[in-house]
Amino acid sequence: MATTDLNCSEFHNDQIATLSTHSLQELQHPVVSTKVFIQRDYSSGTLCKFQNKFPAELESRLDRQHFEETIQTLNNLYAEAEKLGGKSYLEGCLACLTAYTIFLCMETQYEKVLRKVARYIKEQNEKVYIPRSLLLTDPIERGLRVIEITVFEDRGFVPTS
Amino acid sequence: MRNCEYQQIDPLALSVAPASVQNLTDKKAERLRRKWEVFPGKNRFFCDGRVIVARQSGVLPLTLGLIVVTCGLFFAFDCPFLVEHLTVFIPVIGGVLFVFVVLSLLRTSFTDPGILPRATLDEAADIEKQIDTSGSSSYRPPPRTKEILINQQVVKLKYCFTCKMFRPPRTSHCSLCDNCVERFDHHCPWVGNCVGKRNYRFFYSFIISLSFLTSFIFGCVIAHITLRSQSGKSLIQAIQESPARYPLMELVICFFSIWSILGLSGFHTYLVASNLTTNEDIKGSWSSKRGAEESGNPYTYNSILANCCVTLCGPMPPSLIDRRGFLSPEESVPTVSASEIEVPSFAAKNDANMVG
Repeated sequence: MATTDLNCSEFHNDQIATLSTHSLQELQHPVVSTKVFIQRDYSSGTLCKFQNKFPAELESRLDRQHFEETIQTLNNLYAEAEKLGGKSYLEGCLACLTAYTIFLCMETQYEKVLRKVARYIKEQNEKVYIPRSLLLTDPIERGLRVIEITVFEDRGFVPTS
Repeated sequence: MRNCEYQQIDPLALSVAPASVQNLTDKKAERLRRKWEVFPGKNRFFCDGRVIVARQSGVLPLTLGLIVVTCGLFFAFDCPFLVEHLTVFIPVIGGVLFVFVVLSLLRTSFTDPGILPRATLDEAADIEKQIDTSGSSSYRPPPRTKEILINQQVVKLKYCFTCKMFRPPRTSHCSLCDNCVERFDHHCPWVGNCVGKRNYRFFYSFIISLSFLTSFIFGCVIAHITLRSQSGKSLIQAIQESPARYPLMELVICFFSIWSILGLSGFHTYLVASNLTTNEDIKGSWSSKRGAEESGNPYTYNSILANCCVTLCGPMPPSLIDRRGFLSPEESVPTVSASEIEVPSFAAKNDANMVG
């Protein structure tokens, strides 16, 4: 009995060691399996909006609900950035009166929202995407053309015995 | 332009020798490159990527020169006389207009007009997969278009061979700058830059303020000469008497520029009110010539005020090309094979940054 216990604990230690090596390896050398691109949706004009169509390549990794929630939130954030309201008009008029020099010291509405988007994407990556071996790329790094989702090879935590 | 120092490195040697990787890492740690240094379009950058201009600055020095010289002559020769005979506000108004004009001009010339960065290799490959090439063996596949519905109207999106992507609506590729520019209006040689989504409002304020400035100077010079001739002398005598006949030169410059500037201002006011671009207007994209099809501008808000507000006072979009960002190691590594030699300078510059 004692021997078995010892063997079990050794096995567990080995497993933990293997797991940590695996996750370390994954972090350092992730293998890209494929990249999925979510294109822009131009049905309402030139506003920044992404298509909500669930790509087939993600079917095994991610559930539809998470995906749609991510896309919808991003679309809402970009809509907020491009919203035409009192605040944006005030910003525009003030800028015009100061011969646009005010942009040298003030952050525009759009830039504020882009920072929100970056925070949201980081949070989504940490909570939803990285645990599923996926990675969301901030669309601003691709010129707001696409949302790039990198699909990494799914290295399951298989202990080596 | 900073001198890009790089050595020609044989890509094959890199994949074999790990020792060279270490050297390169050291070199990279010495000098991180910014994205503007490897920008594929025909633009020039100053102040470490803060300022962007088209490669051919066109007639920008001439524009600046004309404005500065005319205003200089105005302040030197007309203002003293008019301050004495009319009011002290003349040089004040002139000064304010001059500052506004120059600031708008510089802002138009040195702002990124809305350049769309080119598609990455993965994106381009993904798009190629989606398009049915039907086994064409020619290097250049036939022109590709995609039709989409915008506000219940069919709009054709064209594929850009240089940027390797379907151009968003209202985007056009400028051959002078070799970039796709969003809401492309036109490439203005006077300003030395494209006029697009991000700098249209600066361009519009430039031409409007310039119209006011030229009209103001024109009016003041006429007033100056009239006042001089009123004191008993004839007009010609008055002109000869006025300091070194410079007001005449101002008159000539203003007279010829007023027609073109006022005309341009009027034209652009019409474009702003109907939410059109020069490009669309010239091509007649939304004119009723298209026959029985329901074609109107799908981007208009059907109200002059709304269109003006959207175009001129809308939120300022950010620059998409991130000129001052640093190149990450992944971006520096060209994942392209030797056959892809479309942008050789890009690959050559990145070779120096290749890490493993």
